[in-house]
Order: sequence, then structure tokens, then C-alpha cells
Amino acid sequence: MNVIILDAENCVEIEPGGKPMKYMLMFYLNQTEFNSRTDPKTRDAFWGSFLPYLRAVREAGIFAGGAGLEPPDTATSLRILDGTRLVQDGPFAETKEQLGGYFLIDVRDLDAALEWAARYPAGPGGGVEIRPTMTGPGEE
Amino acid sequence: MTETHVAVEQAARDSWGRLLAFLSARSGDVAAAEDALADAFQAALETWPRRGVPSKPEAWLLVAARRKLIDAARHRKVHEEATPALIAITDVAQQMADSAETFPDERLKLLFVCAHPAIDLNSRTPLMLQVVLGLDAARIASAFLVKPSAMGQRLTRAKTKIRVTGLRFELPGASDLPGRLDAVLEAIYAAYGSGWDDVAGADNRRKGLAKEAIDLGKLLLQLMPAEPEVQGLLALMLHCEARREARRSDRGAYVPLSEQDVVRWSSAMIEEAERLLENAAQFGRIGHFQLEAAIQSVHAHRAQSGQTDWESIAVMYEALVRIAPTMGALVSRAAAVAETRGAETAFQLLKEIPIQSVETYQPYWALAAHLLKRMQRFDDAKSAYTRAMGLCEDSGMREFLRQKAAELN
Repeated sequence: MNVIILDAENCVEIEPGGKPMKYMLMFYLNQTEFNSRTDPKTRDAFWGSFLPYLRAVREAGIFAGGAGLEPPDTATSLRILDGTRLVQDGPFAETKEQLGGYFLIDVRDLDAALEWAARYPAGPGGGVEIRPTMTGPGEE
Repeated sequence: MTETHVAVEQAARDSWGRLLAFLSARSGDVAAAEDALADAFQAALETWPRRGVPSKPEAWLLVAARRKLIDAARHRKVHEEATPALIAITDVAQQMADSAETFPDERLKLLFVCAHPAIDLNSRTPLMLQVVLGLDAARIASAFLVKPSAMGQRLTRAKTKIRVTGLRFELPGASDLPGRLDAVLEAIYAAYGSGWDDVAGADNRRKGLAKEAIDLGKLLLQLMPAEPEVQGLLALMLHCEARREARRSDRGAYVPLSEQDVVRWSSAMIEEAERLLENAAQFGRIGHFQLEAAIQSVHAHRAQSGQTDWESIAVMYEALVRIAPTMGALVSRAAAVAETRGAETAFQLLKEIPIQSVETYQPYWALAAHLLKRMQRFDDAKSAYTRAMGLCEDSGMREFLRQKAAELN
């Protein structure tokens, strides 16, 4: 691993290349973070951090799709219970952090996906789940 | 926690690396030595509370680990030639128990094995941190931004390689030494680099490994007191570490080097670094770690003189770029040139770096933004600030850049 230093204040790693793979970065937010996206007092700070991140992902040529999601109180869940269809207000699972958006990125490996996940401007209590996308039968 | 638990933990901290190096050097099998040693510590936790802490805890642990190690070697039916060496461990342990002697310190050989050319570059630092300092894989994984299970596999693969290829636990010969030593130094410095990721200290979730890296540097110095680059590396890390407190404001905001309050620098660490650098200079063999430390030393002089001697810094970066043209050195040289010959000249130097190699290199974009602003190319500056912010891993640094970009409006 090469460590590179600028004014001894910043280091990054540079790794060898590989074949691109798709990963999904799922951004998990708590309620405060969901609010911060639209609250007039905080939204500038939120978007001021998020938009440069989006732009960096796009400029790196790895962006393969994505979206921000409205808060979990707008969610509708449909599930099948004992053969019966049940439609409910709210998300599938009630957890403190909920999916607030996602990116699909094309990168060479999980380490590279993690590097991009680390750049996501998560608020306190938030975070990113990283998962490889599946390769279906006959897609290899 | 009971007193015995404390004694076992103390023994683990003090002697894990020494015991592991000793056992690995004799068995050629780091993974088996680790397992055996872990079992020995477990046995200590069970036995010592009943029978008391032995007068020579290390000898006790060595004997306990040895039995397990011989069983494992026999079970595998490989490396049979290693078994007599393992049996001989008992004699060493016996001698230790009977005398004031300590067993031979083989950690230097272990460090060289960890940074052996046969070991994958990405595995060297994690391996060192685990086998010499006893750090667990999960902590190492977080510091290096790697999936913990993948880090575990990486470490296992490296240990298997040591065993299967029969890497020798020995010191390199004189002709190999400079290259092999540089690999050890780079691996230690990479651990320090993981520590610096936490730029503003705002992110408590990702505790760096700066302290561990400095511990490794001090250990290496103790084992190789006459290698100037070892002193150079330690001096470099201490100079950087001396500024840790000053790198963020009371509110947690990022403070760049040029704006840091020198009162918040650790003068003790700076003095130690300066002493090391002076010692290193006596050997008359310059290397890139000494050069980088010397650059930081010039920055440190601001504490006395109140100003930064950019001319000297630019000259030293010029030399550094000749012997070690890393991306960091190239970008830092441009930053220094901006202070001595102006933003335009510095920007030309940045433009000479192939763009595809800096696409995701955040410091490049941060400096480009700064230079473009000074050149009054405000639209380009804004664009570069945005890029630098988008590549930031640290909220303090991101906020710092956001404010700089906002000043353009």
C-alpha cells in the first residue's frame, strides 16, 4: 500500500486496478438527518455537503444510478401473511435508521466501494451499507 | 477485573510480540504460533488465579505455548524438521526460569518477514500490527477501510504464505538491507497514514493507528539504532503527531498547518524528533524519510521564528521528488512553490501530473482550488473546491473547504 502525504496533513491509499463490479451504497439516516435535508435551518449545510459528493462520484465515471428517498413516514409496505395480502403505512422494518437514498457504482472491488462509501458525508448516527449486486444466471 | 486478569493483560501487552516472534522464528508458522500463544494466555487466565502469577510469566507462557505448537506441527505432519527446534524451546524456557536472562528478541526478524517482498503489499502493515502488537483484525480493518472478514482472510493468506514458502526468519544481508528495510519502514508509515485519516478528529468512530505506528517505530529504533532512515521515519511521525491537538479548533473545525496555533504543538515530541534527525544526519546517508522529517522540522521552526522558511521547504521537496516522486510529494512540492514563486508556477507543476492519476486524490483538488483562487480564476476555483469536498472523508475538512469556497461569492 502506498501512502501519500501532503503537508503531512492528508494521506490516501492508491491501489492496483481490477475488473469493475457494481455495488450499491445504501445511505442510512436517522430522523434528525432526514429532517436536516429539508429544514430551512440545516438544508443548505446538508446539500452543500451532499451535492459535491454526488458530483465527485459522477466525475469519477463510476455512477450507475441512484436516488434520494422521501422519509420513511411516506412509505407503504405490502406483505403477504398466511396467503393474505396486507398493505400497511410505514416502512417494512421499524428501525432507528432508515434507507434515505442509494447509489449504484461501478468500481473494481469492495475496497474501492468502501473508499467511496467513506466519502459519503454522513451525519452523526448515519452510515452506509455496501453490497455487491447479484449476477443472475446467464449474466456472467 | 481481577488482579490476575490485569497481570495476564499486562503480560500480553509486554510480551505478545516477543513471544510470538520467538515461537514463529522456530516453527516457521506464524498462525500456529498465534494459536498456541492465545491458548497459553487462556491457560494463564485459568491457572494464575488459583496458583498465583508465576515469577517468570514469559517462561511460563512459553512452555504452555510450546506444547500446543508441537501438537499442531505433528498433526500437520509437515515441517518435521521444525519439531526439534520446538522441543528446544523448553530448554530456553527452563534457562529463563533459572536465571535472570530473558529469551532472545526476534522481533526484528519478524518485522522483516512481515514486510518480505513475497508478502502482498496490502497485507504487510496489517500483518505487522497483528503479529507484533497483537491488534485484532476488526480494528485493523476499520483503520484501513476494509471489510473485517476480508481483512481476516488477507491476514490468513499472508501467514499461510510465510509457512508454505518457508520464509526465513533472518536478517537480510548487507546488499539487500536498504530495500528490505525500506519495505519495513513503509509498512510502519502506512499504519501512521491510517491514523491521519481522521483529519479533524471529528470522527471518533475511526480511531487511527498513529500511536501503534509510533510504537512500532520506537521498537524498530531500539532494534536498529544505527540506521538513519529508521530515525528519519520516527522523527517524521513525531513531528506530525506533535501537531495533532492543533489540527482542530475547540469546536472541532479543521485548522490547516499554516494557521495552527504553535502553542498547541507538543514541544516534547518536536524536541524528540529534532534529536532523532540530528542523530540521523551524523551517518551522512540521506533518505526520503529523513527528507520528509526535515521538511516537517522546518515547519516546526515556526514555533520559534514565527515564520515559515518556504525556500528551504521548496528545495527539500525538489530533492524528495527526485528520490521518491509519490503523488503526495508532487502535490506538496507545488504547494511549497506557490509560496516561493507564485500560484501560476505552482499551478503549472500541478498540471504536469497526469490527470487520471489524481482523479480521486483529494489533496490535489484542494491545492488546485487554493491556487486558482489566488490566480483569481474564481469559477475554476469553485469547481475544484467542489471536487475536493466531494472527495473528502472528513467532515471537518469538508466544512473548511465549504467556507473557503463560500468566500468566492
